[in-house]
Amino acid sequence: MAVYEHLYGAYEGESHSALSRFFVIPRYALREVFKSKLFTTIFILCFIYPLVAAILVYLHHNANALALLQINVRELLPIDASFFLTFVQVQCAFAFILTVLVAPPLISRDLSNNALPLYLCRPLSRAEYVLGKMAVVVFLLSSVTWIPGLLIFFFQASLAGLSWLWANLWMIQAIFSGCMAWIILLSLLALAVSSLVKWRVVASGALLGLFFVPSAFGEIVNNLFLTRSGHLISLWATMNSIWRGLFGLFVRQTGSIRGKVRHPIYDEQFFDIALLEPPLWVSWLVIALICAVCVWLLARKVRAYEVIK
Amino acid sequence: MTSVIELERLSVTFGRRPILKSLNGTLGGRAIGLLGPNGAGKTSLIHTLLGFHPPTSGTARIFGQDITTDAKLVRATVGYMPESDSFIAKMSCVHFVRLMAELSGIPAKHALERAHEALFFVGLGEARYRPVDSYSLGMKQLAKLAQAIVHGPKLIILDEPTNGLDPPTRSRMISLIRQIRDGGRARILLSSHLLRDVEECCDEILVLKDGRIAANCNLEEERRANRKFIELETRGGNRAAFVEAINNLGCEYALSGERRIKLILQETTEISDLYRLALENGIQIRRLNFKRDSLEDIFLKAMENGNAGESAAANNGNANIIENGNAQLNETENGAANGRTSDGGL
Repeated sequence: MAVYEHLYGAYEGESHSALSRFFVIPRYALREVFKSKLFTTIFILCFIYPLVAAILVYLHHNANALALLQINVRELLPIDASFFLTFVQVQCAFAFILTVLVAPPLISRDLSNNALPLYLCRPLSRAEYVLGKMAVVVFLLSSVTWIPGLLIFFFQASLAGLSWLWANLWMIQAIFSGCMAWIILLSLLALAVSSLVKWRVVASGALLGLFFVPSAFGEIVNNLFLTRSGHLISLWATMNSIWRGLFGLFVRQTGSIRGKVRHPIYDEQFFDIALLEPPLWVSWLVIALICAVCVWLLARKVRAYEVIK
Repeated sequence: MTSVIELERLSVTFGRRPILKSLNGTLGGRAIGLLGPNGAGKTSLIHTLLGFHPPTSGTARIFGQDITTDAKLVRATVGYMPESDSFIAKMSCVHFVRLMAELSGIPAKHALERAHEALFFVGLGEARYRPVDSYSLGMKQLAKLAQAIVHGPKLIILDEPTNGLDPPTRSRMISLIRQIRDGGRARILLSSHLLRDVEECCDEILVLKDGRIAANCNLEEERRANRKFIELETRGGNRAAFVEAINNLGCEYALSGERRIKLILQETTEISDLYRLALENGIQIRRLNFKRDSLEDIFLKAMENGNAGESAAANNGNANIIENGNAQLNETENGAANGRTSDGGL
């Protein structure tokens, strides 16, 4: 129908595939996200550390540049597992900030404006809707975490040669898996919060609360009971264990406390309490459980209409 | 007439509460009105057809596609205008409608073109770049209609489209619905509790009551069948003898008040016969109306018969509501044909 005719007409043109239809939601959401100047600024800031890391890698392999800057190569950080672990930790912290900015309104805005029936009355399932929204977070976080991580890895490999690449090939998996575990956890958590709370500000606050309150509580538990098990309720500490495990830097005993008791014969006796981090498999289990709860919440809340039984 | 919606023992239960109770029937009108009092199950039926609520038992088909097994195919052919305020915030109307078109499977380039066309069609052409959340209620309703038709669906489901509209906007909405109906490219399922809206737009109605079908009839046929309904207003003379004479002519009648007589003319009876009988009995015919059975009459009859049917079903222990519903409808028609001497029986 032509605009000037003002008549209703059926659409007889071509239709696009289900896959293209899936990308409609992230495409529109990303367009909205980049309208925010605050977000765009923080997104750009997220690339400062990768840039610094790339410069460090470059300096390691450029004697002229080192001579020019009068730096000894030994003074630079070594490009090894701990270098990439730090990279993942820093970038994943930035990823959290991006999530707090982007994710809370993704579902809550649709819920508060009753837009879900409009999405779900179309050839789009609830799972596709959630995956579409999740794709927004996954795309943004990937672009600041494992994608620059792998680019720096291959940059280092190209400068250091094949022997370094073969010796450190396992790190590709560590960078990718470590970042993806964090991205999936953050996106599911953020979407679950977004589906529970209709107001953006409250959803952002709840997400920050979920991150910081259990961490603080975990530290209190650790200090009160002389343990490290409190880390299990801290998302950041749990993920840190996982990242260390992936980069082969996980150590169970992270400290010890020397205590003393009074003995009737020997007067004072000293003993050491080893502070053991929870086993790695427990950390993975905790993350898996949190993800499962988030999926369950999303399955319950993302519906065209809520049925009150 | 091709069937648009086929209901096959469709039941929906929320928790332990049955909402739709074994609905059976075929709907094939160009515009189907879904009527019923509040809580009758109109919106639940629409939601079930769209796949929002899974049927507890039975199924339904839209253009032959099963709503449970071919849910995506069904939804690709359907446009839905929800009852409540629904939009995507912080988005201009044209982008909102375009997004909806793209989600329905229209490529981005065509989607924008279709969005402009749909908005011009509903009359929001000049306001299409404004955010939807800044629209008035009437404009939001029109925007909802635009998103429902943008992908050119074969069936457009409108849930209370005139809710909260002022008279001019309501007229505009009704005129748009009629325009779509008359275009013949899409069928319409219109749910409303406003009988006037349904009467103006629909040619078939499905009346629901307590999750059951209370009536399913073709309005056009009903209207044609009721053409010989006559209402007389009389004065003076021997009224008893006059109605006796009418009865002798084979016309069914009902007395309405002291002066009014409702009757159905037989094919062999002419209006002049009535005047002749009136003259013979000293009756003055002050007014003679060809009374058409209004949708309100049909609706009220369905509601009354729904109650009767329920008690009959309870007495018989018969759970087949649809058969009862049909039986009630037949009874209504027969009742009208045979006439009742009780007041208001016609």
